[in-house]
Amino acid sequence: MSAKAYSVIGTRPIRHDGADKVTGRALYGADFTAAGLLHGAILRSPHAHARIKRIDISRALAYPGVKAVITSADFPEAAERTVDMGEGDTPLSYARGNVLAIDKALYRGHAVAAVAAASLHVAEEAAALIEVEYEPLGCVLTAPEAMLETAPQLHEGKSNLASQFQHVLGDAAKGFAEADVVVEREFNTATVHQGYIEPHNATALWNNDGRVHIWCSTQGSFVVRDCTAIILDIPVSQVKVTPMEIGGGFGGKIPVYLEPVAALLSKKTGRPVKIVMTRKDCFEATGPTPGSFMRVKIGAMKDGRITAAQAYLAFEAGAYPGAMVGPAGMTVFAAYDIPNAVIDGFDVVVNKPSTAAYRAPGAPNAAFATESVIDELAQKLGIDPLEFRLKNAAKEGTRRVDGPKFRRIGCVEVLEAMKNHPHYSAPLGGPNRGRGVAIGFWFNVGLQSSATLNVNADGTVNLVEGSTDIGGTRTSIAMQAAEVLGIPVADVNPSVVDTDTVGFTAVTGGSRTTFATGWAAYEAAQDVVRQMKERAAKLWEIDATAVSFDAGVFTSGERKLTFKELADRLPATGGPIVGRATVNPPGVGGSFAGNIVDVEVDPETGKTSILRFTAVQDVGKAIHPSYVEGQIQGGSVQGIGWALNEEYYMGADGTMMNSSFLDYRMPTALDLPMIDTCIVEVANPGHPFGVRGVGEANIVPPTPAIANAIQRATGVRMTRLPMSPPAIMEALWRESSSQRSSGN
Amino acid sequence: MPSQTHVTTTINGEPVQFLCEPRQSLLECLRDILGMTGTKEGCNDGNCGACTVVFDGRIVTSCLVLGVEAQGKEISTIEGIARGNRLHPLQQAFLENAALQCGICTPGFIVAAKALLDQEREPSEERIRFWLANNLCRCTGYDKIVRAVEQAAAVSKQEAAR
Repeated sequence: MSAKAYSVIGTRPIRHDGADKVTGRALYGADFTAAGLLHGAILRSPHAHARIKRIDISRALAYPGVKAVITSADFPEAAERTVDMGEGDTPLSYARGNVLAIDKALYRGHAVAAVAAASLHVAEEAAALIEVEYEPLGCVLTAPEAMLETAPQLHEGKSNLASQFQHVLGDAAKGFAEADVVVEREFNTATVHQGYIEPHNATALWNNDGRVHIWCSTQGSFVVRDCTAIILDIPVSQVKVTPMEIGGGFGGKIPVYLEPVAALLSKKTGRPVKIVMTRKDCFEATGPTPGSFMRVKIGAMKDGRITAAQAYLAFEAGAYPGAMVGPAGMTVFAAYDIPNAVIDGFDVVVNKPSTAAYRAPGAPNAAFATESVIDELAQKLGIDPLEFRLKNAAKEGTRRVDGPKFRRIGCVEVLEAMKNHPHYSAPLGGPNRGRGVAIGFWFNVGLQSSATLNVNADGTVNLVEGSTDIGGTRTSIAMQAAEVLGIPVADVNPSVVDTDTVGFTAVTGGSRTTFATGWAAYEAAQDVVRQMKERAAKLWEIDATAVSFDAGVFTSGERKLTFKELADRLPATGGPIVGRATVNPPGVGGSFAGNIVDVEVDPETGKTSILRFTAVQDVGKAIHPSYVEGQIQGGSVQGIGWALNEEYYMGADGTMMNSSFLDYRMPTALDLPMIDTCIVEVANPGHPFGVRGVGEANIVPPTPAIANAIQRATGVRMTRLPMSPPAIMEALWRESSSQRSSGN
Repeated sequence: MPSQTHVTTTINGEPVQFLCEPRQSLLECLRDILGMTGTKEGCNDGNCGACTVVFDGRIVTSCLVLGVEAQGKEISTIEGIARGNRLHPLQQAFLENAALQCGICTPGFIVAAKALLDQEREPSEERIRFWLANNLCRCTGYDKIVRAVEQAAAVSKQEAAR
């Protein structure tokens, strides 16, 4: 499908930052230190919902070693207004309120005050001395409950239903009337966390000249710059963010939590202040992904053609509006060509931490519902589940329910690859086993990126970029510049730099980095080639249009200069060459992923073991196949954790009962088989190398694929995530008792 | 300020002395007092393995060991794995197999895996998965990590045979 031969694209070089990362030399946010460094600690609300009546900081302030204590009263005065925090407009008081609670605590773990002291232990001891008088209020923890008129109201004068939308295509009522079989089910998914291993961290110095310098681990240094400036009501030009190495994010390290707090503490003390979250803080006070209540109904004719579909999606936003229900509405039926459909989406605030993005945010919830119903329909119609999907698969020209028409996509190719994979026809080989399949879609994003390339006299180039590197993107971006310049990727030296040093670059997220920043590097390399052609023309005393460039060699007739030879002659031909580019690419290509999974369910314990897992994904073009496989494997395993174990286990008072890695049970090496990957390459016509982006679609199909496999292993249809051992036992007991009673 | 205790220990074969508060963990001492930030903190309660070090021949999570317990002991950390300018076969295998993405768990995995390979030449896949079950990785799904350890075992065996 992508037949073009490349010299660098598609190879598997060792990453440029590799030596630093296997020797412990790479510096992550928490590794940063500075002369005079103070340590910050944050006091958090023990209540899920409470009015803050009084805060007395006097005892904390008097504690030996304490340098400053702040609350939300220390935000500079600013009129309430709507601000852009990177993911839509929000009131300033919400943006500030999630960083330090204003008037009310809206979830357990909500930051209320902060201390800076000479040591972390002293800061923690002093934080415990802050006296807060709370008036506890009733809390509400799920979207359906929060939408009741009797529910406690989080934001005074505002409904807990923050917003809603409806997408309509065709006539759903007519479509359902035409259907021979209709399946409708309700689904619930628990709140889950991204689970990055590195806790959030930030160090800030509010310098004597008024400039704020922040060192932190973030998915977007410019987001930190802009959001910190908004919250502190200072110009963006006064904030400089130096991104340190980042230990995982998956969407969770886009919002700011600590940066404005550390900056305010630094302003009060005149010294750099570092704050690092505990693991418990990460669970309780950063943005997990929304829990959801969903109802999905799909109808089809006997021949397997889907006639209508309907979805009701109610997502928990957490304390402030902004649940990723919009993307759920965009993706819930995206894999299929459905003539008649209605999608209703509801963004509902509840007393849980304010949710954030998590890898294809919203799409895994939605796919759990849709792909479970699709599977049940295929069973009822007696059609192979992949054939049923192929019969209805979205293609180029298919209109999505939310409006856009698909350009070239790889849904059919992914399904064909699944059907032809040896896994699909392999014997299951044992009792209590089942095989499930599912597919999923993520649209991916483009957004702004910048890159510059400085040509060195020895024929190497230094690549300057602003995308923080979470999984090897220094290399996947450098490879695209190397391909254009016809030089080895080892001759491109990439640096991720601070916000003063590179042009605006959006977050590392939305599967956009290799796509968009890679494109910026591609364009910057084209700029280098253009300028170097002019130098060759000067040397050869000809017109630049007469110079050709291919595979790293400049030629004109018999004359030729390699990239390296010409680089050495730059001083004599006009001075250094800097290639530069900025992009805001429109040609984003969505990605489809599919899973085939074999499970064994222990009927005594309800434990589900993953016996074999195959992950297929259309990536457009795999720039670095090993990193592409790694993204697919990582997303798949996060999906496996989501399916089988992970959940915020909440007490009725809004306390998370399992806020540690012991009790929030993410998959370990022992829980898993090898994850087989199958890369499909349907080139994205909107990118010079055909890249679609690979980071997210892979987490969409695992939960329904596993649910479908469990159904085939046990006969029980699971409609609630996680499908943990107790949930499965309960479902098995319910099934056997209903069979007994129906037998009577 | 609480009084500090003088600790004499050996880290990566070198004699080291430091002052610490009795309540400070070995992880804090390594990172904040000695500046050895290669050992990472992921949870500070012994459940993620990012701070794994070798402590008198046993792998431990250094967040659950007190700094004062290092007195007279021998400690190995990620900073002591490479052989001068040459990467250890495990480090090389992690790079060649793309066994890291963000890299925050990598020091802990390499220290733990080295302890395994130091005592077992040819661990099975199951054995490797069992041994590494206290080290959490959220990026890779472990597939490439297990393969990297298998490759390093094969390379180490070849080196030993020479």
